Amino acid sequence: MGRKAEYSEKPKKGPGRKARKQGAPVFRKQSFAPMEEEDKKLSHRQKQRSVKREQKKVVQKAKLLEKRAKGKQPQPVKRKTAYNSDSEPEDEEEVQQQEASSDEEVPQLVPAPKSQKSTAPKGFTDDNDAWLKPKQQKKPSKKPDSESEEEEEDEDLEEDSEAEVEDDSEGDDGLDAEESGEEEEEEDDSDDDTAQVGKLADLSDDDDANSDDDFDISGEEDNAEADSDEEEDEDDDDDDDDKLPIERANKKLKKREAKEAQLADDELLETVDRQDVFQLPTEEEEAEKDLTLQEVQQRIKDVSLVLSDFKKYRQADRSRGEYIELLRRDLCLYYSYNEFLMEKLMDMLPLTELMEYLEASEIARPLTIRTNTLKTRRRDLAGALINRGVNLDPLGKWTKVGLVVFNSQVPLGATPEYLAGHYMIQGASSLLPVMALAPQENERILDMCSAPGGKGSHIASIMKNTGVLFANDSNRDRIKAIVANFHRLGIVNAVVSCEDGAKFRNIMTGFDRVLLDAPCTGTGVVSKDPSVKTTKSEVDVQRCYNLQRKLLLTAIDCTDAKSSTGGYIVYSTCSVLPEENEWVIDYALKKRNVKLVPTGLDFGVEGFTKFRQHRFHPSLNLTKRYYPHTHNMDGFYVAKLKKFSNTIPITKEQQEEDEKQLDEAIEAEATAEVAEEAAEPEEESGQEKGPKKLLGKRAGKPSFTEIEQELKKKKREESKTKYVAKVFEQPVKAPKKPKPEKPVEQKEKKSQEVVEKTNGSEAPSKAASKKNQPNGNVPASKSDAKSFKKKKQENGNASPAKPVGKKSKANGTDSPAKPAAKEPKAKPQAKVEQQSKPKTTKLANAPRVEIDEVPILEGKPIKKQNKLKQKSKQIGQLKKSKTGANAGKKQKFKK
Amino acid sequence: MKRLTDERAKILFEHLSKYIGTNVKQLIDRPDGTYCFREHRDRVYYVSERILKLSECFGYKQLVCVGTCFGKFSKTNKLKFHITALYYLAPYAQYKVWVKPSFEQQFLYGNHIPKTGLGRITENAGQYQGVVVYSMNDLPLGFGVLARSTTDCKTADPMTTVCFHQSDIGEYIRAEDTLF
Repeated sequence: MGRKAEYSEKPKKGPGRKARKQGAPVFRKQSFAPMEEEDKKLSHRQKQRSVKREQKKVVQKAKLLEKRAKGKQPQPVKRKTAYNSDSEPEDEEEVQQQEASSDEEVPQLVPAPKSQKSTAPKGFTDDNDAWLKPKQQKKPSKKPDSESEEEEEDEDLEEDSEAEVEDDSEGDDGLDAEESGEEEEEEDDSDDDTAQVGKLADLSDDDDANSDDDFDISGEEDNAEADSDEEEDEDDDDDDDDKLPIERANKKLKKREAKEAQLADDELLETVDRQDVFQLPTEEEEAEKDLTLQEVQQRIKDVSLVLSDFKKYRQADRSRGEYIELLRRDLCLYYSYNEFLMEKLMDMLPLTELMEYLEASEIARPLTIRTNTLKTRRRDLAGALINRGVNLDPLGKWTKVGLVVFNSQVPLGATPEYLAGHYMIQGASSLLPVMALAPQENERILDMCSAPGGKGSHIASIMKNTGVLFANDSNRDRIKAIVANFHRLGIVNAVVSCEDGAKFRNIMTGFDRVLLDAPCTGTGVVSKDPSVKTTKSEVDVQRCYNLQRKLLLTAIDCTDAKSSTGGYIVYSTCSVLPEENEWVIDYALKKRNVKLVPTGLDFGVEGFTKFRQHRFHPSLNLTKRYYPHTHNMDGFYVAKLKKFSNTIPITKEQQEEDEKQLDEAIEAEATAEVAEEAAEPEEESGQEKGPKKLLGKRAGKPSFTEIEQELKKKKREESKTKYVAKVFEQPVKAPKKPKPEKPVEQKEKKSQEVVEKTNGSEAPSKAASKKNQPNGNVPASKSDAKSFKKKKQENGNASPAKPVGKKSKANGTDSPAKPAAKEPKAKPQAKVEQQSKPKTTKLANAPRVEIDEVPILEGKPIKKQNKLKQKSKQIGQLKKSKTGANAGKKQKFKK
Repeated sequence: MKRLTDERAKILFEHLSKYIGTNVKQLIDRPDGTYCFREHRDRVYYVSERILKLSECFGYKQLVCVGTCFGKFSKTNKLKFHITALYYLAPYAQYKVWVKPSFEQQFLYGNHIPKTGLGRITENAGQYQGVVVYSMNDLPLGFGVLARSTTDCKTADPMTTVCFHQSDIGEYIRAEDTLF
């Protein structure tokens, strides 16, 4: 069929082609090795000079012999200030010795034996060794035959030293002549003492030094030295004889050790001093100072040092809290986080790890892609991309589909391979939950929060387009991305829907596996979206984790525990906060018949089983955490749950212990969690189970007397000890922490109106809530309705939820206060509530707690807002898409 | 999800046969279960009956996509295939066109194929025959309609268009908003 024209791979021909590969260049050995003097041809003059030298040597030798014959005689020699250089003369002496013993005509041999000698028994100290080196290099130049060229090379640098050395040697000659015997040892050590030798004639030496410099270049001087040196050698020999070399070495060693010890002490003192230098700035200083980033960085280092060994480095009058406070402020400043998030991170990670984490969060993670196994294999894809100029590598041993891209000459999101669906651009961390889910073929799987379809398509490709994949996302704008990606990647077994995830159980249940990649604050992907650092607050976190809990419960409800292959739920977030991870799982463990199972991922940090005051279920160590600094992927959390029963435990309990549940509900209302608990029954309305029923039962009951309430409280406390799941309840209240402060402020505002209730102050809130419920559905529902209305009205407002809290509390006001305060924390809050009730003051006065809690109340109001937003967005987008959007995309693609 | 009306079904199959000829049969009689065409918001979806049943749980508005979208009916009842149909068109295509590597990118930006960009072509293809466009290493890039028959192509000027562009995989990026 068709003509075949091979355009793709024509071998290159013609003149441009290199017929033969050029061999590696060959160099002469000499060009790298230092020139040896032998190789050089001597010029005429040089020859003459060398002859002269020979002659001179002969003469000198003769002289020497004469001298020896005479015996030792002190020579009147000029002395020098021999700073530290006493060892060198010896060195020279040794050399000369060698020369004397060996043939003088073979100067090249000299350096080698010398080096042996220098390390040998005479035992120079290390310092001296350092000194010796330049001398060794020079040695050849001193030999009679050696070239003046070499000297010239070194001239600039070494002339002086040489001169010194020579002078020293002369001086030593004199000394040695005068002082015999053990003097030698002292000279060795004289490095440290400095100028021991030179004391005698400092002044006269200077002149000599100058004059000596001039001689340096010629070889004659060397010869002159030679005589004197040889004399010295004899002296040395004498000295050596007096003490064994080992003895001398020992003495030296001892001295050195003592010195080192002292140095170490000094250093230690110094460092201690320096550390002491860091002092916590007082508040005034703080206010005045304008700090540069470097200063802040330094201070971070200092403080973390102090915190690393607090006992040692602290200032006595400053508490750890102050240090930590300062550190937090500095970290916030330096890395531009907001205080809230930094506090969370500091709570979570130890100090050293925290610094690494923060640093790692500043750096972008490597770009990774996932091979679409439906259309290609990883090796083929890698080959194709490499041909396009992409530099990539397999991602790791743990995945068979991941590739990491180092750099690329083409936009990776627009290559023909990408468009043909051979790969998906996806972070390394988003492979993990799907691997944990381990989908099987022919299963029915739900991906609850699917957009933009990366994990969903991964699931489908593992299932090989068998079974059914339900990809759901509540955001209609992002749905398009799912559909586009699925079609591009060739996934044909998917149903894409746009439902509220929390209501999915009303639509369909009985899934074999459910993947819930829950919406989160995104604290793990700071490197991708730095705005997280500053924008997230307590409220956001609360909103997220309540939504997450709702979604997780729904996900569990959607799963079929009786599935032959599955019954698994995988929960993942790209957040590192325990509130959104362990806490949520812990909640689900309590509320549903699920248990944690190993994720099947062989790396990652174990999840927390305890975090600050919270104690989670011990099996939470089966979950996995991932950090940017340890795994070089986004901060991530993966938990795998197995559902072992389709029944919902809460309902059973409810039937068994009606009262206990009632208490629970009350407690729930009293606490911040109210909102969420309230929302839950609504969700479950379809199933007619759980708290909703409970509400109904309560409806007819009259309000409790104080005694009754007390009894219930007792029971509740008892049950807490019995009931493991209760442990969980405490953390729920935790977010209340910030409360006490704010209410106090309000108190100040309203101080006139404060009417202290006689009974325990915290009680009222509980009492209020109790009242609320006992009164029956009516008041509660009313308040709900009102809140709804209000919310609708205030959609635009920052805190639509505020009124809800107020109303509910307002209902409770009339109720008698409950005695026996449990937590002092709650007091101020309660007061404030009381105050606010009768007044029906405006939102501004409402305690902050309520603001926090309101969003929790229900998913609904939030959702309504969202819907509105969505609509407006859609409208906006319609306009956009007609005009700019399309063009923009085109451009992007054309790049 | 509703069945296609007879009229629309007829249009659809005519359109399909332009590209894959008698292979339409293979789309309908499949060994791995019953597959069917369904219409949802004027778009035509091709999906296994098994999945179709499951998708009935979702409301009209909530259901976004089931299986593979083939194309969209205009208000005047004309069918336009989307690039998403390529998944099924490519393997069954009877007439194919290969473009040179140098022209690949151009085609992906939505340009018609001139004779210079033509690498290979199926023989015996008549004018206005629907064809699937491949790259030289057999990567399906899109589909179009021949402007010249194969024989005419041989004699045509280098710059004359031999294949009209209808759809290409670049649309996944270019037209994501309008496609889905």
